[in-house]
This record gives sequence, C-alpha cells and structure tokens, in this order.
Amino acid sequence: MEYFLQQAINGITLGAIYGLVAIGYTMVYGIIGMINFAHGEIYMIGAFVAVIAFSILAMFGIANVPLAILIVLAVAVIFTSAYGWTVERIAYRPLRGSFRLAPLISAIGMSIFLQNYVQVLQGARVKPLQPVVTGGLTIMRSDHFTVALSYIQILIILTTVVLMIGFSLLIARTALGRAQRACEQDLTMAALLGINVDRTISLTFVLGAGLAAVAGVMVTLYYGVVDFYIGFQAGLKAFAAAVLGGIGSLPGAMLGGLLIGLVEAFWAAYFTVEYKDLATFAILILVLIFRPTGLLGRPDVEKV
Amino acid sequence: MTEAAVPTRIASAMKEAGLAAFVALVLAMPMVGLYTVDEGGVLVVRTRFDWVLIGVLVVFAGRLAMAYWPATLRIPARRDAAHVAADGHFNILKFLGIAAISLAVLLPVLPVTDRYVIDVATTVLIYVMLGWGLNIVVGLAGLLDLGYVAFYAVGAYSFALLARNFGLNFWECLPLAGALAALCGILLGFPVLRLRGDYLAIVTLGFGEMIRIVLINWQSFTGGPNGLTSIPRPSFFGLPFTRNPEEGETAFHQFFGLEFAPYHRLAFLYYLILALALVTNAFTMRIRRLPIGRAWEALREDEIACRALGINPTNTKLTAFAIGAMFGGFAGSFFAARQGFISPESFTFIESAMILAVVVLGGMGSQIGVVLAATLLVVLPELGREFAEFRMVLFGAAMIAIMIWRPHGLLARRDPSIVLPPARRGAA
Amino acid sequence: MKPVLLEVEHLTMRFGGLIAVDDLSFAARQGEITAIIGPNGAGKTTVFNCLTGFYKPTVGRLTLHHPAGPLLLEQMEGFRIAARARVARTFQNIRLFPRMTVLENLIVAQHNVLMRASGFTLGALFGLPRYRHAEQDALERSCLWLERIGLVTRANDEAGSLPYGDQRRLEIARAMCTDPVLLCLDEPAAGLNPRESAELNQFLTGIREREKIGILLIEHDMSVVMGISDHIVVLDYGKRIASGSPGTVRRDPAVIRAYLGEPESDAVPAERT
Repeated sequence: MEYFLQQAINGITLGAIYGLVAIGYTMVYGIIGMINFAHGEIYMIGAFVAVIAFSILAMFGIANVPLAILIVLAVAVIFTSAYGWTVERIAYRPLRGSFRLAPLISAIGMSIFLQNYVQVLQGARVKPLQPVVTGGLTIMRSDHFTVALSYIQILIILTTVVLMIGFSLLIARTALGRAQRACEQDLTMAALLGINVDRTISLTFVLGAGLAAVAGVMVTLYYGVVDFYIGFQAGLKAFAAAVLGGIGSLPGAMLGGLLIGLVEAFWAAYFTVEYKDLATFAILILVLIFRPTGLLGRPDVEKV
Repeated sequence: MTEAAVPTRIASAMKEAGLAAFVALVLAMPMVGLYTVDEGGVLVVRTRFDWVLIGVLVVFAGRLAMAYWPATLRIPARRDAAHVAADGHFNILKFLGIAAISLAVLLPVLPVTDRYVIDVATTVLIYVMLGWGLNIVVGLAGLLDLGYVAFYAVGAYSFALLARNFGLNFWECLPLAGALAALCGILLGFPVLRLRGDYLAIVTLGFGEMIRIVLINWQSFTGGPNGLTSIPRPSFFGLPFTRNPEEGETAFHQFFGLEFAPYHRLAFLYYLILALALVTNAFTMRIRRLPIGRAWEALREDEIACRALGINPTNTKLTAFAIGAMFGGFAGSFFAARQGFISPESFTFIESAMILAVVVLGGMGSQIGVVLAATLLVVLPELGREFAEFRMVLFGAAMIAIMIWRPHGLLARRDPSIVLPPARRGAA
Repeated sequence: MKPVLLEVEHLTMRFGGLIAVDDLSFAARQGEITAIIGPNGAGKTTVFNCLTGFYKPTVGRLTLHHPAGPLLLEQMEGFRIAARARVARTFQNIRLFPRMTVLENLIVAQHNVLMRASGFTLGALFGLPRYRHAEQDALERSCLWLERIGLVTRANDEAGSLPYGDQRRLEIARAMCTDPVLLCLDEPAAGLNPRESAELNQFLTGIREREKIGILLIEHDMSVVMGISDHIVVLDYGKRIASGSPGTVRRDPAVIRAYLGEPESDAVPAERT
C-alpha cells in the first residue's frame, strides 16, 4: 500500500512534466495539423538554460531559493520561447502548403539539428546540478517503508496545476485564445476574417515552448541531471501522452501525461525497470490502432 | 528597378537583417555565449562571447544578402522540382549512372585505392543500399518510416544468431534474414499502415526504439549492451579469407595461387555489398514499371483517389513496407558479416535519421540522388575529424534547407514508368 | 424501361446531431443518366460518399444489380466497391495523381486487371509474356480514352500541369478506365466555361450511348443537367423533394421553392454556371 502510494506520487510528478510538454504538441497539431517533432528538443533547451542560470546564480551566491527559482523560470521561459518562435519561423512557415511530408521532415531535421547543436556547444557529458530544493513531507510511515512527498514534487504539481488553469482561461477568455480556436477550425477563413494567422501560429509556438521550458526547469530541479539527449525520450513520451489524451485537446494532453507518468512509475515498480519505455510505446501504438482520436479527442471525419 | 528604389530597398534589407541579428543574439546568448564545465561536482559557467559576436555577424550578413538580392537572382527555386523527363532527355543522368557503376566496379583495382579507401567505399555502399531500400518506402510509397533501422537490426541480429547458434553460413542466412525483416515489417505494418502519414512516422520511430530496448535488455538472447561477437565472416563460395585455413579447407589465396593479403577480404566484401546494392537498384527500377510500383506512387500522390480506383491501400502499403524492410534486413546481414561484431549501439534513431537524410537529400524516389547523398554524408566527415563533430548539426540543417528550397531533393526528377511513343502521339 | 442498376432504399447518414441524408430512396437505370441536384449542403456528395464506401451509412440499403448478381454496397469496403462492384467516381475537387503523367493516371486505373496479369508482381518480375500482353491492352485502352478526351499529345506530361478543364476530363477518363458499370460524377462541369460545358454534355452522352452504363451525376450547371439527364432526383436538407424527368422537375413547385425560397409561380431553377 505504502509502496503503491509512493509510486503514485512519483508517477503524478512525472506525468505533470510530460503533460506540460504534451500541451505544446497538442496545440501545434490543433492549429496547423503537424507534429512538431522538435518540441522535445525545445524542452531540452529549457532544461539547459535552467542549468546555466542556476549555475550563474550559484556563482553570484544567491541563496534565496524561491527567488532563484523564479528568476530561472523567467529566464528559461524567455530564451526557450525565442527558440520556439525561431523554429517555426525558419523551418515550418516556409513549408505551409508544401507537400504532405515536407513539414514533418523539416521538423525531424530541426530536431537533429538542435540536439547536436546543444551537444557541440554544451558538451556531450551529463550536467549534474547541485540540489536546489531539498527536503519534503512524510505522509505515511510504517515499519519498513516511508511515503514521502518532497517539496520539489509539490512544486512541480502545483506549478502544473496553476499553469493549466491559467492556460485554459487564456484559451477560453482572451482574444488570442479566440484567434487560436478560429485558426484551429479553418486557417483560410480565419485569415479572411482579419485574424493575423502568422502571428497566432507564432504565438502558439511561443506558448508551447514556454510551457516546455517550465517543464525543463522542473525536470532539472527534480532529477538534478541534464544531457542533450533528454529531449528525444521525453518528446516521444509527451507525444504519446498527447495522442493518448486525444491530440488537439488541452485537457487531454494533461490527462494523457498523467496516465503515461503513472504507467511508467507502476511499470517500473511492479514489472521491470528496463522495459518501462517499451510500455509507453506499446500504449502509443495500441491507442493509435484502436482509438486514434484518443480519450478526449473529437473524431475527425475524412473530407473527400 | 528604378534608381530611387535602391536606397529604400537597402533600408528595408538592413531592417530585416538587424531583426534577424537581434534574434540570433537572443538565441546565441545562453547556448553559445555561456557553457558549463563540471569542476569537481560543481558546474562553473564559462563565457564564449566572441563566438556569439561571430554568429550574429554571420546571420546579419546572410540575412542582408537574402533580403537585398531578389529571390529571382538566387537558386531557380521550386520550378524544376516536379519535372518529368521528356523523351530522350535523360542522357546526362543515364551517363552519370553508368559512369558511377563503372567507377564502383573498378575501384578496388585502381592504383590509388588502399584499405582505407575500400573501407570508406564499403560504408558508402551500405548507406546506398539502405537508402535504396528506404526509398521504396518513403520515395515511392510516400510512407515516412522513422524506424528503418529496426529492420537493419533484425537483419544483422538474425544473421549473427543464426550463424552462431546453427552454424549457417552467410549465403544461407541472407534470405532468412531478409525474410525475417520482411516479416517484422508486415507484423508492424499491418496494424499501423492505416494511420495517417505523420502518425505512422511516430509509430515506426517508437518501434525502432522498442527493438533497441529489447536488444539491450534481452541479455541471454542478444548479448545485451555488449552485443554479439565473433560472427563468422562470409567466404568466397566456400573459400575462406584466412592466412592459415583449417584442416581440409582451401583458403581463397591458395586456391587462386595468390600471396595472402587482408586486402582480398576487404575487396570481396566491397564487391559483395556492391552486388547487393545493385540488385536492390535493379529490383526497384523494375518494380516501378509494374502495377504494384505504380500503385505505390499513386498512393503517395492521393490515397483517396486510389481507393476510388479499387486499389487496396493497406495491402499495397504493406508490400512496400515489407519489401523495404527486406532490403534493410539484407543490408543488416552484410553489416554484421563485415563487422564481425554487432551491438545495439549501431541501431539508434540517429542511424534511422541518417538513412532518411540520404533519401531526402538525394531526392525522394531518385536512385542516383541516393548515391550522391550517401557519398556526401559518409565522405565529408571522413575529410576532417573536427568536421565529424558537426556532421549531425549539418545533417539537420541540410534537411531543413532542402525541404525549403528543393522539397523534392537535390536530384529530383521522375522518369515516367511508361511512355507513349512519339509515333503514337503524332498519329492522333 | 431500362433495367434498374442501382437501388437506394431509405439511405440515412448522420454526423453527430446533423442529418446529412434523410431517408432517401431512388433508383438509377442502366444506360441512363440520373442527376442528383439540390442547393448547396443538400447532402448530394454525402450520397456519393455512401455509395462509394467512404462513409458507412447510418441506415439504408444500397443494392447494385450487377450482371453477376446483386451486391450490397453498404456492406463493402471502399476499394472493393470500386474493384468488385465496379462503381467508379470522380471528385468535386479533382483528385488526379498530379506528379504522374496523364498516361500513368489511366494505367493506374487498370491496376486490378494488371495486377492479376502480373501474377501479383512475381510473374511479371521474371518477365512472363502474359503480363506484357496485359500491359499492351491497358495501353490500348488508355490511348482510346486519350483520343476521346483529346489529350493524346499530352500523354507524357504531368497530370498536374494540365489546364483545369483537361484535368476534369482526364479524371472522367480515368474512372472509365476501371471499366465501371456505374459512373458517379461529382460536379464534372464545375469551373468549366459554356463551351467546355457543351463539350462535356457531348462527351457524357457519348459514354451513355456507347458503354451502356449507368451514370450518376451531381451538378449545379443546369445547362448540363437539363440537357442530358434522363431522370432527376432533387434533394433539399437531405430529403428527396422531387424526382422525375427534366420537364416535370423543372415545373415542380417544391423544387422552385427550394431553389428560390419564394413561392413564385413561373420560375425555373436558376441557371448556375
């Protein structure tokens, strides 16, 4: 029981991170119907910016932990969003209306580029960060097992909840959200109605990158190690989460993220750690085959 | 262009370039300008602002040039992309192809060729073969397969395991390895080929990763991360390439009365992969002109129209997928035979990406384009070690650039699979 | 009376809450041109999509009276309807294979015949003569249709490079190369100028006379509909509101209401080009 609870907490934490990344996939897919293959790399860049920012702060001796985290979050979101914007501007915008596979191939190129760009510039070795947030709460204690909820896990889950609420309001209430939903329905019509489609798409990428940056900061704090390869794995899992939840749906992305996180945690706990990634991919394939619209997605009727 | 328009054009170009330079500055600041070094468990930040400056200046100059010279002066973009050869217009490419094959056949006996050259050329040919195999799937059938390396791995491990456990030789294993890879292609393809194109890409990518995870973790069967060693080398119709053959065997050099030289084996491997690659090519060229090949291309163009014409989309895609996988399996067997050692390291996503890059850069569906791209991608990094570090960075950048400027690849031309002879056209 | 080729009974198609086709019944006869007309959004293309297997009807029976016996189209997969029931169609927004040549488009349409002749590829790979004959036959058939649509000189050009009107005709020729018993044309005159429409009329009546097949036609261009149809079915909001010969439909008050909205007495369906 205690073990189960502990794994559930770990799974939810992990799932929150996947969910944040998955939103980026789902929004971009919703609006321009492409898989932004490079999104995992954006998240990885967020994590690297966080590592650098934390290291700088440590060199200047800023000891106030909440302040440090806020500064790092702000820095990471700003710089990572710039990457998100540029990726769309360079690799995807010129290809709107090109042949079917072109944007996807370009996205794969972008992913390879960013991964190796970071490897070349920042080194291939794993970056270990000194723990920033330590300690936690003990929820339950039995003779041989203690269920702990660390402060960092609380931070991750709270941040994710706050961001999700804020984000849902943004999409539901603001002019940007309206423009975005309009573009999702029909790009051409939205353009004819005077919506600046280019700007809306750019902003979608910026927002997605911002969320990925937050996820990157969180994962840096959580695991304390970062390398150039984390984006690939996390990207795949977040994409699986987006598909599981129903691609195009924001709550779906979050739900999918949580489920993938839980599956991974429990699989690792009760079956084999080695094959936990296999479980994620198997879920992805099964969902795509048996329920391609995901849990919360709308069915799309083939236009003939 | 009037005289007065020039200053405004310069001004607007400057503005564009300034903007681009600013974005470059923002992007470069954290990732190029700063980097961390691990000093005794503590990360220390170092700066590299000179690199940032260089990068920003390059971006500024590049953007200025692009904005100043109108698009028409640059590469004749896109127009030629979808070109179909007219009658008797394919001479240059045909000549190029024949020249390339002649060079490939003569290479091992040229005086400039040494072990190193033959080794690199063999690697090039492996990629050519993989590229041609994947070209069936991506170029002809339009199915984006990001897990092609999985079939390569299946081929390699099939050969290694069959040879080690059952003592089968290379020639007995080759068809089996191809068949196993094709079977994997069918097993994977059957459920997933109904999916939309981009979902298919992700699922195949996931499949590639799954195979790798299994290879790493199934210690008892695949040897785990350490891989499999001492895989038997192929022999020349039963004549081994060893200095001292076992009792009762005749070595290659003894049979032909030659001095023993390790070069013989290298040359033999080279000819082996050349033959395999040429078979792949001949097969593709032939099948393009058969109904199944035309159906692949039609599916790539418009799946809905295909269904309306009574073409079974799932089966048609499945054949492309399985045949592509089969050639991947053949190449994998060769790889295992050549290396004598395989491990999961050789079958990562990067390998899939590299093969895809060969196909995409060369021109999807273009056979000679694959040769060109494979040569570039293998030989360029060999020219300088510093260059090798940037190899994948350049791959990525090149894939994006090609998609933007020449979405159908460097050598994109499509020869019709059937032509109406001029006499018939004139007669009407 | 010519024999009935296609019988549509109680066809209903729902998308969520929307009823696109509502309890529609009609018949199409062999050797006749049956037109389905109606205002935009009346559900005409949905009927075609049900007939050709792109949608599964919510309710209804679609019987094709084939020489070999009746076939229930609603139970067949899309590509089988084309392959076995031999129902061919064209699309509102032309769907050629744009980067393949004109000739290749027509050859691909004969895929199933050629596939069998090629021994499912294996035979042809080793150069069996049977396949060479079949390919020659396919070439002859393609040439025949190229002549009929006047595109012989452009046989080796990319289909995507043809002018719009030629693409429309090529799509019909491609559908005919599948050797259909029923040809479904979705707005074949859309985007054609009056001269081209007139040529299309001739072309379609030519097919009807020569091939003796049934033709289903969705069209807004009344010069085409009224000029060549033997029978007209009028849809509005998914329901059949009238049917009969061009003469009767033209004078039907329900049709006039549907098209013009006002109960004016002497109006005819607007000529839309």
